[in-house]
Amino acid sequence: MKNNVLIKTENLVKNYPMGGRKFTALNDINLSFNSGEFTGLVGPSGSGKTTLLNIVGALDNPSEGHAVVIGKDTSQLNHRESAQLRNEHLGFIFQTFNLLSVYNVFENVEFPLLLLGMSAEDRKKDVLQALEWVGLSDKVKSRPAQLSGGECQRVAVARAMVKKPKIVLADEPTANLDAANSYNILDMMVSLNKELNSTFLFATHDEKVIKYLRRVITLTDGKVVQDIEKTPEPNNA
Amino acid sequence: MTWFLLKGLLRDRHRSLFPILIIAGGVMITILSYCWMMGVIDDFATTNAKLDTGHVKIMTRAYADISSQVPNDFALISVTGFLNTLKKDYPRLDWAPRIKFGGLLDFPDEYGETRAQGPVVGLGMDLLSGDSQEKQRLGLEKAVINGRLPQSRGEIIISEKFATDLGVDIGETATLISATANGGMAIQNFIVAGTIKFGIAALDRNAMIADIADIQYALDMENSAGEILGYLPNMMYNEKTASRMASQFNARFSGSADDQAPVMMTLREQNNIGELLDIVNMEIFIIIGGLIFVMSIVLWNAGLMSGLRRYGEVGVRLAVGESKGHVYRTMIYESFLIGIIGSVLGTVIGVSVSYYFQTHGMDMPGVIKGSNMLMSNKMRAIVTPASYYIGLIPGLIATLLGTMIAGIGIFKRQTSQLFKELET
Ligand SMILES: Nc1ncnc2c1ncn2[C@@H]1O[C@H](COP(=O)(O)OP(=O)(O)OP(=O)(O)O)[C@@H](O)[C@H]1O
Ligand SMILES: [Mg+2]
Repeated sequence: MKNNVLIKTENLVKNYPMGGRKFTALNDINLSFNSGEFTGLVGPSGSGKTTLLNIVGALDNPSEGHAVVIGKDTSQLNHRESAQLRNEHLGFIFQTFNLLSVYNVFENVEFPLLLLGMSAEDRKKDVLQALEWVGLSDKVKSRPAQLSGGECQRVAVARAMVKKPKIVLADEPTANLDAANSYNILDMMVSLNKELNSTFLFATHDEKVIKYLRRVITLTDGKVVQDIEKTPEPNNA
Repeated sequence: MTWFLLKGLLRDRHRSLFPILIIAGGVMITILSYCWMMGVIDDFATTNAKLDTGHVKIMTRAYADISSQVPNDFALISVTGFLNTLKKDYPRLDWAPRIKFGGLLDFPDEYGETRAQGPVVGLGMDLLSGDSQEKQRLGLEKAVINGRLPQSRGEIIISEKFATDLGVDIGETATLISATANGGMAIQNFIVAGTIKFGIAALDRNAMIADIADIQYALDMENSAGEILGYLPNMMYNEKTASRMASQFNARFSGSADDQAPVMMTLREQNNIGELLDIVNMEIFIIIGGLIFVMSIVLWNAGLMSGLRRYGEVGVRLAVGESKGHVYRTMIYESFLIGIIGSVLGTVIGVSVSYYFQTHGMDMPGVIKGSNMLMSNKMRAIVTPASYYIGLIPGLIATLLGTMIAGIGIFKRQTSQLFKELET
């Protein structure tokens, strides 16, 4: 079961209405992703990376075709079912961190576990472990406003990883970070990828991220123009 | 989960404290305006009742037909016996006979020649019997400026302004020149015992108040009275009680074609007060309606804004795996909570302040200067049962509505779109 298919897109098309005409952001995407991948969508701005990530994450619906995520056709899911899919199997990491500012670090990471209905005891154990992964055990009580950008993104990584999701979707996770913090986050992700066998799917044009990738899918004008496997060259190696 | 969301609510003052304050303020303004206007109406009705109409008034039919002309030739006769019957039939009410009249008040000099003279609006009422409540009802003791109230027959009080204008001193003799009930000339001497000021513009110009027995004597109206006013207990007017009494009373005489038969009229039925009250009520309805509408828009908007402001947060919660329905419901619960707290707070403050003005009143000179509507100078608020719930309309319903509408965007938008709104 090591290399079972987690995500499969079939003839996926995404159109946006534009004036009277429609604008095609994704055009006939056929991709499949297995468990344990460390893959990036790259390509120029506006090529459709975020759009594809949102569809895979069941945040957006395709105009045509299908995206099957963990055996579920996302276009067939209602609000509640797509929420459940995200809750149980998906972790999101955003360019702008998107932490909830009124909650402290612990609470931000705890939130997904609350939705899963875990007991307080189990939540505490898992949250503290996730914060240990990202090296923030000493900032448990801090509010996002009191953290640096790098620290915020590490909290976001902890929040995405705390439920040990099968899939982690990361949209430009390093765009607001300096080089040191970017490498720090990436190293963390690589080790979590190994430890939990989660599939990481990035949308990025950051060279630092691309160095770490084992598979690079290039999008241009909403089309896949290249899909290659490569050897990662981590910064510290 | 509930506690988690509540924690967030308490920590974010933009979501808790500020909306609560805005709602409380809006609710308070609504209640204050409402109570204030109820106070104005009540004041208007009470003042009219005390001075002129009673809660009910009994006159002869002929008198009632042209009551504005004060036709004392159609006055009620055998009043003593009639009053006893009334007291027996309606023991809860206080009955007060009165005679209204007009005339000239003449102040002679030491040689008996006219020194000063002016027209007066006269009122004869029971000032001297021990069980009469007229003095308290009209607050005469408090209204005295100089001298004192009449303590024996032959004494009168006049408006302070009238006295100053004519240069009249306390203890001076005044001669009333008027017409008797039979159309003859009436001339009677009185002693000016004191001057008064009611704070009611229409009365403070040239009123003359005397004991009714003196007026009966002066105007040749032995045991007669133009009107008998009836007052419900505690000066609390109740339209239902009054009109039931009136129709029962009038039914007794429905068989008679006699012009001199008595007729009972309620406060509402006199001086177009009913129509006036209806107009004022309608105005209140419109003003309060408008106010509630405006407050609703404001609070609706506040709910809407705070909902929009939170699209980013909503996006994150959805991404983490909360369902749209759950996010929407928690937003509604939240605004319900905020709406309730704000409304209760606003109601407590609004009703308290109104209650203060109900008991203490507020001096409003000038507002009614020169008015002849018999309004008092002191504005009061009145707390009615509606005061307790009227604030809920803008406070709770509007807030909820705003949040609901803002929340619909959560469903209508693609989830991914919510992030875009966060970023820009
Ligand atoms: N809601 C929308 N309505 C209309 N057009 C949209 C919408 N969202 C995205 N697009 C368009 O779809 C195209 C792809 O957008 P997308 O955000 O996926 O690009 P991207 O590859 O992530 O770019 P970047 O590297 O700048 O983040 C763009 O041309 C964009 O203008
Ligand atoms: Mg993008």
